[in-house]
Amino acid sequence: MSKSKSSASKPSSSQSALGRRGFLKGTAAGAAALVAGEAAIAPVVKAQTPARAVTPLPGATQIAAETNAPPMRVDVYTTDRPGSDFMLDVIKTLDFEYCCANPGSSFRGLHESMVNYGKNKMPELITCCHEESSVAMAHGYAKIEGKPLMVMAHGTVGLQHASMAIYNAYADRVPVYVVLGNIGAAEWRRTDVEWAHSVQDAAAMVRDYVKWDDNPVTLQHFAESSVRAYKMSMTPPYEPVVIIADAVLQEEPMSDFDRRTARIPKLNLSQPPASDGNSVNEIARMLVNAENPLIIAGRVARTPEGIRLLVELAETVQAGVSDRHYRMNFPTMHPLNVGGPIGGGTVTTVANADVILSLEVGDLWMATHSQTPINRMGMESKPLTKAGAKIITIYSGDLFGKSNYQDFGRYNEVDLSIAADAEATLPSLIEACKKLITPQRQRAMQERGAKLAESAKRLRDRDIEAAAYGWDASPISTARVSMELWNQIKTEDWSLVSETFPFFSAWPLRLWDMNKSYHYIGGHGAYGVGYQAPAAVGAALANRKHGRLTVNIQTDGDLNYAPGVLWTAAHHKIPILNIMHNKRAYHQELMYLTDMAARANRGIDTALIGTGINDPNIDYATLAKAYGVYSIGPIINPIDLAPAIKKAIAAVKKGEPALVDVVTQPR
Amino acid sequence: MKHLLAFVLLPSCIAFSQNATTSDATGSVDKGKKIFMDVGCYECHGTVGQGGAAGARIGPPPLNAQGFIRYIRKPAGAMPAFTDKVLTDRDLTDVYAYLKSIPAPKPVKDIPILNELKGK
Ligand code: HEC
Repeated sequence: MSKSKSSASKPSSSQSALGRRGFLKGTAAGAAALVAGEAAIAPVVKAQTPARAVTPLPGATQIAAETNAPPMRVDVYTTDRPGSDFMLDVIKTLDFEYCCANPGSSFRGLHESMVNYGKNKMPELITCCHEESSVAMAHGYAKIEGKPLMVMAHGTVGLQHASMAIYNAYADRVPVYVVLGNIGAAEWRRTDVEWAHSVQDAAAMVRDYVKWDDNPVTLQHFAESSVRAYKMSMTPPYEPVVIIADAVLQEEPMSDFDRRTARIPKLNLSQPPASDGNSVNEIARMLVNAENPLIIAGRVARTPEGIRLLVELAETVQAGVSDRHYRMNFPTMHPLNVGGPIGGGTVTTVANADVILSLEVGDLWMATHSQTPINRMGMESKPLTKAGAKIITIYSGDLFGKSNYQDFGRYNEVDLSIAADAEATLPSLIEACKKLITPQRQRAMQERGAKLAESAKRLRDRDIEAAAYGWDASPISTARVSMELWNQIKTEDWSLVSETFPFFSAWPLRLWDMNKSYHYIGGHGAYGVGYQAPAAVGAALANRKHGRLTVNIQTDGDLNYAPGVLWTAAHHKIPILNIMHNKRAYHQELMYLTDMAARANRGIDTALIGTGINDPNIDYATLAKAYGVYSIGPIINPIDLAPAIKKAIAAVKKGEPALVDVVTQPR
Repeated sequence: MKHLLAFVLLPSCIAFSQNATTSDATGSVDKGKKIFMDVGCYECHGTVGQGGAAGARIGPPPLNAQGFIRYIRKPAGAMPAFTDKVLTDRDLTDVYAYLKSIPAPKPVKDIPILNELKGK
């Protein structure tokens, strides 16, 4: 124990609890001394006692303790139980497979506990080159594994780096568990670096986009808050959480008091909230009696079971499903799949629907309204729904809100709004629908289902025909890249971990047969660029133990934020096939510049200024090679693509990351 | 790129004032391709007009030359409107010629990896 330090105090309330106990011990000693013969004072004290309790005057021992010189400092060099070991015990109960971190001094204690005391298992440290990568890896991992991965970072500069990725996870309703190091007590900061890396209220910076945070000041407090944070993160809507691991608590020995009393509470996750029975019956009545019901799927399937349930509901009432593609919600080739945002699937089906059931859709207003497009001045919006159409929402987002960041979208008028988790509500809704279906309704539903199946087939044939356009073009068409990839992965247990709408014209969603939870994981959440490359590696990390072939279609602009994640994949032997969508521009912005120039009626040929990623062109194969990743490219001629993909898949099957740089059409 | 606008605009402005309806004249495929790339039609429509998430398929063009020019002046949906101040009828005639020159796509049946999706 190093409590003997004369000028240093441990900034924890366990210390102050000890202090209080020390004081009580002192008063007891004083009273004992009183009895032992401090006769001159004793009668006075005794005379006063019958009326009320009185603080006794200090006895000789205490006076000595307060006036004599303090005991000599004894240098204590080691401890068998740093506080961080206990913190790790807490963390281990939360069952994290991995902890992503870029190393930082404010959590060096916890880092050391992890690798030595914890033997670098559960969690295993994953070395990241940027805190944004750490969080985005956790984001991608959670979307495959359905649970959070731990991230460690400095409470100051590390969190500043991490914050955009936290915002993405927040907007995407993904659990991420962030532990921040910080030296709370000023006198413990040993260098100017430690002053610059310390903060009063670390989580303040991200409080607008995390569900909960705490700054525990004792180890017991750390234990309870850590377990609480996990529970809150995993209660729908899932969200990121932040816990501060005070550096002094980490590095100083666990006190005798804490050794005796500190307890790690048991984690029990909350049941997600499901809708009440009356509302479920009302929704069922509306769905069963609808002529043209439409289900819009947002972030419905939290688990693989969510996909099965959504299919069952759609088939039970023969309703079309329009998937917003934030998750894998509904099989792409299902005959009731009426198409997502691409191909006008949502627009036409919304216009025809008489009942719309919106499941976990954050941007429902966008799906049900048109707005003046960017090519015209002014702003006017109109509903896409037909007169009298009824809208029902089941949305866990209604249970949780923050004001500052505006990812919640415009207020949508609806007819029945249920604040509940959609996946948890689906079983009772399916049962309620089944009970209400009469033979007559059944016939009507079957006819409708047959029509929907026909139109899904027409849509699909149209997509196949459209994919042939530009087939032999160079730069290579995104449809061709999608099909060359599909041709080689379709017999594998594959997992596509990148967003393809709008970047890749949604070709994989339009052409590939996706039906498993890990076949598609949606995108950023908040379109914070820099998400894709690390999220893909995080997803691949989750897929590794399942032996899945992870495929990432990687945009060029995104990779350039923090390409170091390629090294992380190589270092930790995370198998992943990266196919570059190398369009040599920040293409969305390039299009917007053209829009702006056309609106201003001038200079339509200058849009590449400030948006191009050319001159010089970036050689991504060489970049990947520098990070230790097997790479091929640039592939310019479509003929060379299939052999390159084949070689890269062979490398990935050996357990390493690979990258094929493909110079592609922009969209 | 910067110089291109001056090069294309100045002479064709004169051409425009002399002959406002050159749209039926045959345009130059090469010039049209260059304009198509330089003014950013390719950004949304793809370099061979194949279309995608950001723009309709326009290669080969679905409209006649006059309809094409009319559309570009007053487009539907989110397509930017290009006035004759930034793109003359002559320029658009060239662009049209380029789009016309794009061959019809290979039939799906001749692309085995695509063809096998049919009926699935
Ligand atoms: C910022 C994106 C963008 C740019 C740049 C752009 N377009 Fe378009 N274009 C579109 C969109 C989107 C549509 C479909 C509009 C709709 O109907 O919703 C379209 C439609 C068209 C059509 C009509 C297609 C049809 O089937 O009727 C033509 C022709 C066309 N564009 C030509 C051009 C030409 C020529 C240029 C360059 C001078 C150009 N576009 C530049 C986005 C763009």
